[in-house]
Amino acid sequence: MDWLNALVQGVLLGGLYALFAAGLSLIFGVMRLVNIAHGDLIVLSAYIALSFGVALGLNPLVALLLVVPTMALIGYALQRLILNRTMGEDILPPLLVTFGLSVILQNALLMGYSADPQNLQAGAIETASVTLGPLAVGLMPVMVFATAVAVIAALQWMFYRTALGRAFRATSDRQDVAQLMGLNRAHVFGLAMALSLAVTALAGVFLGIRTAFDPAAGGARLIFGFEAVIIGGLGNLWGTLAGGVILGVAQTVGAKIDPGYQILAGHVVFLIILALRPRGLFPRIDG
Amino acid sequence: MPDALLTLQALNAHYGDFQALYGVDLRVDPGEVVAVIGANGAGKTTMLRSIAGLLKNAPGAIRWKGQAIGALRADQVAGRGIALVPEGRLLFPSLSVEENLVIGGQLGRKGPWSLQRVYDLFPILKERRHQQSTSLSGGQQQMVAIGRALMANPELVLMDEISLGLAPVIIRQIYEALPGIVGEGLTAVIVEQDIAKALSVSQRVYCLQEGRVSLEGQSQTVPREDITRAYFGV
Amino acid sequence: MTLSVTRRTRLSTTWLILLVPIVLLLIAAPWWAGRADLRLMGEIALYMSLAILWNLLAGYAGLVSVGQQAYVGFGGYLFFALTMLAGLHPYAALPLVVLAGFVISAPVAVLIFRLRGAYFAIGTWVVAEVFRLSFAQISSLGGGSGTSLAPDIVRSLADGRDAREAVAWWLALGAAALVLGTVVWLLRSRQGVALTAIRDNELAARSLGIDIWRTKFTVYVVVSGLTALIGALIFLQKLRISPDAAFSANDWTAFVIFIVVIGGIGTLEGPILGTLIFFALRETLADLGTLYLIALGIVAIVIMLFAPRGLWGFLRDRWGLELFPLSRRVSGLAKKEA
Ligand SMILES: Nc1ncnc2c1ncn2[C@@H]1O[C@H](COP(=O)(O)OP(=O)(O)OP(=O)(O)O)[C@@H](O)[C@H]1O
Ligand SMILES: [Mg+2]
Repeated sequence: MDWLNALVQGVLLGGLYALFAAGLSLIFGVMRLVNIAHGDLIVLSAYIALSFGVALGLNPLVALLLVVPTMALIGYALQRLILNRTMGEDILPPLLVTFGLSVILQNALLMGYSADPQNLQAGAIETASVTLGPLAVGLMPVMVFATAVAVIAALQWMFYRTALGRAFRATSDRQDVAQLMGLNRAHVFGLAMALSLAVTALAGVFLGIRTAFDPAAGGARLIFGFEAVIIGGLGNLWGTLAGGVILGVAQTVGAKIDPGYQILAGHVVFLIILALRPRGLFPRIDG
Repeated sequence: MPDALLTLQALNAHYGDFQALYGVDLRVDPGEVVAVIGANGAGKTTMLRSIAGLLKNAPGAIRWKGQAIGALRADQVAGRGIALVPEGRLLFPSLSVEENLVIGGQLGRKGPWSLQRVYDLFPILKERRHQQSTSLSGGQQQMVAIGRALMANPELVLMDEISLGLAPVIIRQIYEALPGIVGEGLTAVIVEQDIAKALSVSQRVYCLQEGRVSLEGQSQTVPREDITRAYFGV
Repeated sequence: MTLSVTRRTRLSTTWLILLVPIVLLLIAAPWWAGRADLRLMGEIALYMSLAILWNLLAGYAGLVSVGQQAYVGFGGYLFFALTMLAGLHPYAALPLVVLAGFVISAPVAVLIFRLRGAYFAIGTWVVAEVFRLSFAQISSLGGGSGTSLAPDIVRSLADGRDAREAVAWWLALGAAALVLGTVVWLLRSRQGVALTAIRDNELAARSLGIDIWRTKFTVYVVVSGLTALIGALIFLQKLRISPDAAFSANDWTAFVIFIVVIGGIGTLEGPILGTLIFFALRETLADLGTLYLIALGIVAIVIMLFAPRGLWGFLRDRWGLELFPLSRRVSGLAKKEA
């Protein structure tokens, strides 16, 4: 029963990791950008929710209505003002610029909020639980998982069924020809980053409700998201969800063996999959 | 003389240190078909890419209805009503045939062209509309590239070697459709390797040689010797 | 017309002649510098080494790693283990650390080279985390809270505190010289030619028959082994090691990246200039703490956006400066062909 419980907890945790990963996957898909500051932006979202909570007395889940657009705006501005200047053949400038951003964000948060761990209080919903067969599982983790599924379904629909998704795919294929269709590359990239950080906002608030966070918490979140992307296979959103679940299960099962193995077990499973299936478990067939 | 639709005035183009165009002058009037010919590497593609906004230009080197558009980005040029059928087709591989056409019209300019009209012109595309664009034959891909440009309902279409690598039947089919396309207030600049073909479908012709205009004339009356000289520089 | 190819410039020749007295002066430092200054100079030498190594990796081989703290920490821990647990003399342990760095980084390279481009960067970070979490599990080295170097091992280096400080300095200076020498030698060798070709045009390099994977592999393994050596010396100076200090991403990667970016990535002089600037700023702005890191981050971003070859690249483009005779110059040609 304990093992089954660990398994279910791991699957649900995987939903959160898929949310970490979805934004990363999106911007890589559209503009081949790997954002080293992604984890710090997740943590930034949690702090923004915290501040809205303090200033306006909002439950963090309600604050999402403000945090999501705020992060989207930050994403658009970040892309248009800074990151678009680094986009080109050379991968070095975007990598180093987002790395610099990561350090700046971490230290700015440290100055603004101190190194003390913080927590988002969502109230009674945090302790509520639902019975799944023989198990009682927290309502929050189930909600997070359901949100992850919904977000990925929505992104999938957006990518393959809407004009915006068409613009994303066209720009990803051939930037200059997409310009000929009247698509402004800088704007399309800005929209992609806005969407990525909107998802990041969800991830950050859920993270903050689930565990304590501090300004240095971003690095690990970037890594978990990245591992979910690679395990699932680049360019496959549903694969990313599967990757998140595999990582989550590896961690909870690892923790079951020995609490010190939790994170390590996740990394080891990632490295094993990288060794055996370098393109991930569910790579996109083309490309 | 009517007001020109498009004028190039002393257009230069560079790739890094290399200069590909030297002071090119060119004029396109509304409703005409202008052919541009020239040997490989003469600068034809460069000229079309400059007009489309894919290369940086001096603002005044390119004028559209009298306005300087040389410094505009490609998407802004597209918004003014200029469409390019690029050399080598360059379809979007992750878009289906129909999506490739639809994205051509995504600026929403009004005009005679619609998905239905393109399918009427190239019926085979309707059959294949859900296929991935890269799974089509070369000729079919060329039809998509032309259709994609027409979907923008442009006032000027720039066509870069649309017959390259195609079977003669298909070339004939495409060029037979051209007068119909141009009929409805559309103006065209066509770049073509096949000189006879270029002359037969156009009213005026320019020849480029090593980045300079070496000849300008009426397609029907320009002497063949002049073209040979302008083309090969002998 | 006679053409001759040389790598030397007037400046680089003058510099090489100047180098001899500078080196002698540095070796004699224990006799003219105070204890605190000597420590600072040792730290500078070690940071400079890390910067030169990271620059070879990212600036020349295109392997942008944000996880070199893996090898700093590995070297530090291994040095503690070899001296305290295996009872080796520190001088015997140091070469073994380099060797172990080669041995451990080879399989790591095989694994993470499967990640393309930017994802490689995050892969290196995962490896560093795995190293950190693994060493935190080793209870004989203090587990998560770390351990101190046993006093008798410190004493085995030399008698008396001043003598030990001098030895620590000479070790740091020697390591920096070894690192610089290795990198210059590597860049002037066939590998160096291959690296330049790869950096300029990977596709063309491949068609010339250059084995890109092997070249990058060699660079990665050499850099990692030497980084482990620097790690050992860093923690020999600190006398104390813990997982968080040994595998600190801020200390061993963020600072190093900023140093290289500010000084000039992809130039050999850049990391040296960057280290000097970094320490000059740190010594004057030290009490700003967090703000100092933010400022460094902003400067690095601005440089990346507007002068991607850093300060040295800027100076070089302006005046054609070059301290190390690396690039080949052809003299006798009137002008470069387009
Ligand atoms: N991206 C580029 N970078 C550098 N030089 C280029 C580039 N594209 C074209 N050139 C050069 O510019 C000149 C003109 O090229 P362009 O493609 O315009 O010729 P073209 O007339 O279209 O030739 P073709 O008939 O072969 O298509 C050529 O010398 C070519 O080598
Ligand atoms: Mg051409």
